Amino acid sequence: MYEFVSGPLVWIAFIIFIGGSLYKIYNMLSGAKKDITLFRHMSLKHSLASLVHWVIPFNNQYMQKRPIFTIVSFAFHICLILTPVFLLGHLVLLDESWNISWFNIPDKVADWMTIIVIAGCIFYLYRRLTDPVVKNVTDGSDYLLLAITALPFITGFIAYHQLFAYKTILIIHILAGEIMLIAIPFTRLSHMLFFVFTRALFGSEQGYWKHSKDW
Amino acid sequence: MKPTIAIREPVVDDLMDQTEKILTEEQIEKVINEVIDQETGVRLQTYVNTCIHCGLCSEACHWFLSNDRDVSFAPVTKVKDTIWVMLEKKGKVDAAFIKRCSQIAHTECNVCRRCGMYCPFGIDIAYMMLVVRRICAKLEMVPLYLQDTVNSHAATMNQMWVKPDEWIDTLQWQEEEAQGYVPSARLPLEKEGAEIMYSVIGPEPKFLAQLLGNITVIMKVAGLDWTMPATAGWDNSNMAMYSGDFEVMARVERLHHETAQRLKVKKIVMGECGHAFRGGEYDGPTWLGWMSPPIPIVHAVAFYYDLIKSGRIKIAKKVEGPVTVQYPCNIIRNAGLGSKLQYIMNAVCEDFVDLIPNDRHAYCCNAGGDTINCGPPWKKIRVQSAKIQSENFKRTGAHTIVTPCHNCHSGVEDIVDGYKLGMHVKFFSELLIEAMEIPEHLKPKEE
Repeated sequence: MYEFVSGPLVWIAFIIFIGGSLYKIYNMLSGAKKDITLFRHMSLKHSLASLVHWVIPFNNQYMQKRPIFTIVSFAFHICLILTPVFLLGHLVLLDESWNISWFNIPDKVADWMTIIVIAGCIFYLYRRLTDPVVKNVTDGSDYLLLAITALPFITGFIAYHQLFAYKTILIIHILAGEIMLIAIPFTRLSHMLFFVFTRALFGSEQGYWKHSKDW
Repeated sequence: MKPTIAIREPVVDDLMDQTEKILTEEQIEKVINEVIDQETGVRLQTYVNTCIHCGLCSEACHWFLSNDRDVSFAPVTKVKDTIWVMLEKKGKVDAAFIKRCSQIAHTECNVCRRCGMYCPFGIDIAYMMLVVRRICAKLEMVPLYLQDTVNSHAATMNQMWVKPDEWIDTLQWQEEEAQGYVPSARLPLEKEGAEIMYSVIGPEPKFLAQLLGNITVIMKVAGLDWTMPATAGWDNSNMAMYSGDFEVMARVERLHHETAQRLKVKKIVMGECGHAFRGGEYDGPTWLGWMSPPIPIVHAVAFYYDLIKSGRIKIAKKVEGPVTVQYPCNIIRNAGLGSKLQYIMNAVCEDFVDLIPNDRHAYCCNAGGDTINCGPPWKKIRVQSAKIQSENFKRTGAHTIVTPCHNCHSGVEDIVDGYKLGMHVKFFSELLIEAMEIPEHLKPKEE
């Protein structure tokens, strides 16, 4: 079982993740061509300006009005991306298989980053359950996406600390990671891929076409 | 997903009530799928699939904030209750649902685009509301008063059923009025090759004719070569753009631009109106595939900015006491004229008290985007949902609110009445005409 989830299934997951993402983006761009006005409203300069302004914390109205949400969201997303990519445990596996490796973050730091991701998921869950606006637009799929995101980190944390049933937890951890990768292009987790484009379009429309700003 | 609980007082709207009775589910399904497949492209799909349901847009919306954070007014809820259901059910919805969609998109949203500025992904929720309006319009589910203005556009090419002779007569009357201030002032009709074509919206000749007299004086004092058309095409307003009847919208915009081309002018200067600028500069040319207007359009705010900054118009006596301003969404947030508006306000007012939030972050007057044109049946909730802006006005302690937009003007008048603010509401040109210097040689000779 371990050999399967850590071998062929990893390949399958990455192929679906990368292939699916490329397919989705290609699909979007080729569909966008049908709308003859769309690309003519866009400018690289204003797209980049919008993206830059929106990845700087507290650089716009909503972030200033929601400081806790902003801090949690930035910490959550940074840790979510960086932890798996620079975790020593992952890099060792990569080194063993392909003999490539790169900078890793110390395990103690990675441990805290994992906790931040899990805490972020709990925060989002709490918002979904208590904020009336969010609650009203939440359905099963939102909880499922939250679970798909949280599970690799929860199981990773348990596995790293070898709290119980190490081998089983490890298999679940790998599976959870693979499920998440596969889910990204085909669920609303695809905001990871599309936010660049939606941001670029709105930034261009506001900046290039309407001579205003979107932050 | 459970339907949103929306508590509203019942409203009688004859057209919507009538349409609800006769719409069939086959018609509805056909129109929804047609619009979604043929007109929205991937843009709508990407927006819907990217939205992570975080609800941050709610903080932007004056409807939500003014109604004690009632969930049913949040932008994301408006999308949920319309587009999400249409997509999920593939258009298989009933007439009562379409009526509710029209209520949401036509009467409870100003398409002011403030929520887009609060979405971390830049999802343009106003765009989605316009898609809903488009679907509703194709099904003839439009508030009665709004549809009446669209019918007027379609039949007369102006918003207010102004007849051709009334139009010319009004201009000539206002030319005489202007000559009371500046005897040599002229309102030149049909002057081919003039530098500027001045265009206005239907309500100006209908019940705000003094504004035409004001511009006649201003043009003379500034020494500009200008003209106005004597034919249809003089009205730059466009309610069809907001009802969702884009075919009529395109006819109106095309005629407006073609009239300017016929007169061979170098640019169109337009009166103080926000949505008309949006129609002439953006939505019209985009729908027509031109992308940008064939003849440049200059909004009154930018025009007055140039006149004052260049010294063509000099200010003799600034307006005394605190004066504030309503920032029209369609020329500020969506056209970037914020700092020019601040400049001209400071130029003519001794004590310009700014709003908080101001510029592109300012709240909508809650009349724009067609909601005021939905008429008396929908007025109560509209004024009630402008509470947050009424508080902002109150805080300034101003005696006058300047509104460089017709929708804002009427909307702010309703706010002032509804919340008993005791403030005057004026167009910028009304302040300018009082404050500007009329050179000696242009003044009437004492007898």
